[in-house]
Amino acid sequence: MSSTLIRAERPLFEGADWEFGTIQRSYEEIEKIALKEMGLDVYTNQIEVIGTEQMLDAYSSIGMPLFYKHWSFGKHFSRHEAMYRTGMQGLAYEIVINSNPCISYIMEENTAMMQTLVMAHAAFGHNHFFKNNYLFQQWTDANGILDYLEFAKDYIMQCEERYGEVAVERLLDAAHALMSQAVHKYPRKRAADLRSEEKRERERREHDEKVFNDLWRTVPGKENSRQDPTAAEQRKALLELPQENILYFMEKSAPRLAPWQREILRIVRIIAQYFYPQSQTKVMNEGCATYSHYTIMNRLHEKGLLTDGAMVEFLSSHTNVVFQPEFDDRRYNGLNPYALGFAMMQDIERICTVPTAEDKQWFPHIAGCNDHMNVLRDVWANYRDESFILQYLSPRLVRHFSLFHVMDDSNEPNLRVEAIHDERGYRKIKQALAKQYDVSWNSADIQVVDVNLAGDRRLILHHRALNRVLLEEKDARLVLQHLADLWGYDVLMKEVDPATDAVLKEHSASPKPGIVRIEPS
Amino acid sequence: MHIVDRRLNPSGKNLANRQRFMRRAKAQIRKAVHESAGSRSIKDADEGGEVVLPAQGVNEPTFRRSSSGGIRDHLLPGNKEYIAGDTIQRPPRGGGGSGSEGAPDGEGEDDFRFALSREEFVDLFLEDLELPDLAKRRVVNAEALVYHRAGYSVSGSPANLALNRTVRNSMSRRIALRRPKPEELQALLDEIEALDPADEIKRLELQEEYARKKRRTGIIPYIDPLDVRYRRFEPHPKPVAQAVMFCLMDVSGSMTEHMKDLAKRFYVLLYIFLKRRYKNVEVVFIRHTHQASEVDEDTFFNSPETGGTVVSTALEEMQRVIQERYSPDNWNIYAAQASDGDNTASDNDKTAALLTKVLLPACQYYAYLEVGRDSEHFPPGFIRRDSDLWQTYSTIIRAGAPMAMRKVGHRRDIYPVFRELFAKKTGTEAAAE
Repeated sequence: MSSTLIRAERPLFEGADWEFGTIQRSYEEIEKIALKEMGLDVYTNQIEVIGTEQMLDAYSSIGMPLFYKHWSFGKHFSRHEAMYRTGMQGLAYEIVINSNPCISYIMEENTAMMQTLVMAHAAFGHNHFFKNNYLFQQWTDANGILDYLEFAKDYIMQCEERYGEVAVERLLDAAHALMSQAVHKYPRKRAADLRSEEKRERERREHDEKVFNDLWRTVPGKENSRQDPTAAEQRKALLELPQENILYFMEKSAPRLAPWQREILRIVRIIAQYFYPQSQTKVMNEGCATYSHYTIMNRLHEKGLLTDGAMVEFLSSHTNVVFQPEFDDRRYNGLNPYALGFAMMQDIERICTVPTAEDKQWFPHIAGCNDHMNVLRDVWANYRDESFILQYLSPRLVRHFSLFHVMDDSNEPNLRVEAIHDERGYRKIKQALAKQYDVSWNSADIQVVDVNLAGDRRLILHHRALNRVLLEEKDARLVLQHLADLWGYDVLMKEVDPATDAVLKEHSASPKPGIVRIEPS
Repeated sequence: MHIVDRRLNPSGKNLANRQRFMRRAKAQIRKAVHESAGSRSIKDADEGGEVVLPAQGVNEPTFRRSSSGGIRDHLLPGNKEYIAGDTIQRPPRGGGGSGSEGAPDGEGEDDFRFALSREEFVDLFLEDLELPDLAKRRVVNAEALVYHRAGYSVSGSPANLALNRTVRNSMSRRIALRRPKPEELQALLDEIEALDPADEIKRLELQEEYARKKRRTGIIPYIDPLDVRYRRFEPHPKPVAQAVMFCLMDVSGSMTEHMKDLAKRFYVLLYIFLKRRYKNVEVVFIRHTHQASEVDEDTFFNSPETGGTVVSTALEEMQRVIQERYSPDNWNIYAAQASDGDNTASDNDKTAALLTKVLLPACQYYAYLEVGRDSEHFPPGFIRRDSDLWQTYSTIIRAGAPMAMRKVGHRRDIYPVFRELFAKKTGTEAAAE
């Protein structure tokens, strides 16, 4: 940090106890550093102090302050509660919501130091990331999300009153099963605008009511519309096939769903889409927040606003957060996004300020530029995990983590080490690691490919089994059943090897009544 | 920046979701509760606690890529000895090592631990059990009164003022009597104001009308005492159901600690059960050898006693207590007797007579539990002679009395036997066996 040192008269707090005045003072000091020195750009903050049960509540409804009711949230609540009670799992110190104003929950049990840390981490680190990262700007509407959730909750409650809890539950079960296949992965024409969603729902319904005319039902249709050779192409184009957003396809094209059912599918789909950027930016998001809190806490200490005791407490907790066990350690559970993210952000700072010859060769555009905050802000705004790692994972970090790449081919008797942290391996490891964070690479690629609406209406899906990795069969069958229940007709899924187009496996399901009326075939 | 203190927000936000979950997993939870009831001590039976549910039925499936097969890449930290091109033996499935990264979160497959509150546990525990003849006696106790809303009255305390009704009355009266509205008066004033100063006649006219209306407003009050209504409450006598539970036990030397333990477990269950159904449950302990006395709980279970066995003495004692303190008109009487089945041969007739003539007519239900030794294993085909009491009581039950009896040898049988005794039955209470 280049700014001059002016030691404060006295620290923000001493000891572990805090009161609202402490939080306010700490917040103001953090804000000075975050906005003036680091140049962060954040939504207005709202800090909410909550207790244990409320934290568990927030856990079970994916962190959202208000959510519709469903048994699965009760299940999650019970699981977290049991794990917390038996001491198997501690609770997060904070939860932050991508909304405007940006809401951060902080736990009442936290010490004064922890509250300061949490505010630096969530209210500034995450908040800056939410506001500036292009994925969040593209996919989420922070202004509208709380209102939309309110609308969703009310709408689903009304549906429960009108159509019965059981009917709504069946539908939500099916929708939740397909939630990870409910996102558009490529940008749409318009930015998300959740505020108008509610209005649009009303308008759709009014339009339906206005144009409804029972007479149409009595008009005799054509017997078997003639078969056109290009019909298959045409209907695919009409249905926008192939389609990877299965819930979207159901909402728009499932023949037998009632309007309210389509609306609920839409709600689940929109919420899934809202969370989509978070899954693509775990490393960056946590890296940004961790780097921010680390910088801010250190600055507070330099300014004399943190006691040495608080600083030691902070360092101990920070070290726990960014701890990366090695692969043969019993505690190893994958790469820790906090560790990787924080290390990469710090590494960028190092490359900008004290580059080595190696850095100059690998990162000529930033090495030694001496304005690391500018570089970091640019990175936080314009990358996601995959592109970020591909671009910025330095050889030094590969060596630091001693990363190595193991290939596991089930046709071979042994695993093979493809690359290690050496001159030949850096690039390979970087690419392989980036691929691990690529959503299209690590989630199943499932698409609706064809359906003949004029014929038997059987829905055909393909799973492109990348690297011959098939779907977990038991689960796949259950989800397929849900899908058939929504669709109302048979559903067939083929698992296809993308290299050869050979069909590796097939699953099929026939609809059961419950969501839509099923005609006996 | 705002700081909001949410700690005082109403808790239990997740209750609705929890109930939905419990409804969804009801069958499994019930099964788990019944299983755990067998293994846990019955004293803790109403403590609530954790049950383990299998993952099926409450899992949430998604399309996931399988954790085995195909080609996988693992990027691992902490390389120590490997160089590019090395081969590594495939670690055994499920073992740690390098294979663990691609594993899906195993959470979904694990058995699911679910904590039940005391209320929920007892609810499920005693679900579909029913007290025989519960509705027979509902005692009206004149001292307990509850107040119910009963329409409106014209007098009452200000706290019970029915604002809506009062204003509604006032409004209809004002409309009926054509009380000028404040807006009308204001409109008139405005009109006078806006009037051409030359038009003296019109102005006087309007002013007169204004004065008239103003007067009328004064005469007809906005709210008249006539309009005022109060919420009326009517006292209702509240039926209080109360029950007394008699625990009778043979404490002669032939009763071992094990037998007493069995009996105690049964009593505890019965107590919990009655407690659910009656607000006020009293317990009377009567122990007997060749003589009987009413004792407190500790003495009942713990202090040893020697002597012969004359069951009728206990029944006489019970009769005395009923006469003194628990009039059958006011109390629901339940009795549970535990014994190893011994009785002095000459006493059997007297016991039967006491039961059928005096006690059974006063009781809601009489349960007899014959406790056996844990070590008693009866090989198939082996016919044990029925005990004296068992034989005596069998004849009574055959006559259709509100009584049931069971044999229990091991503590795991207690709960099933209890359920059997109090299971919801259609028609008349079926006799034992």
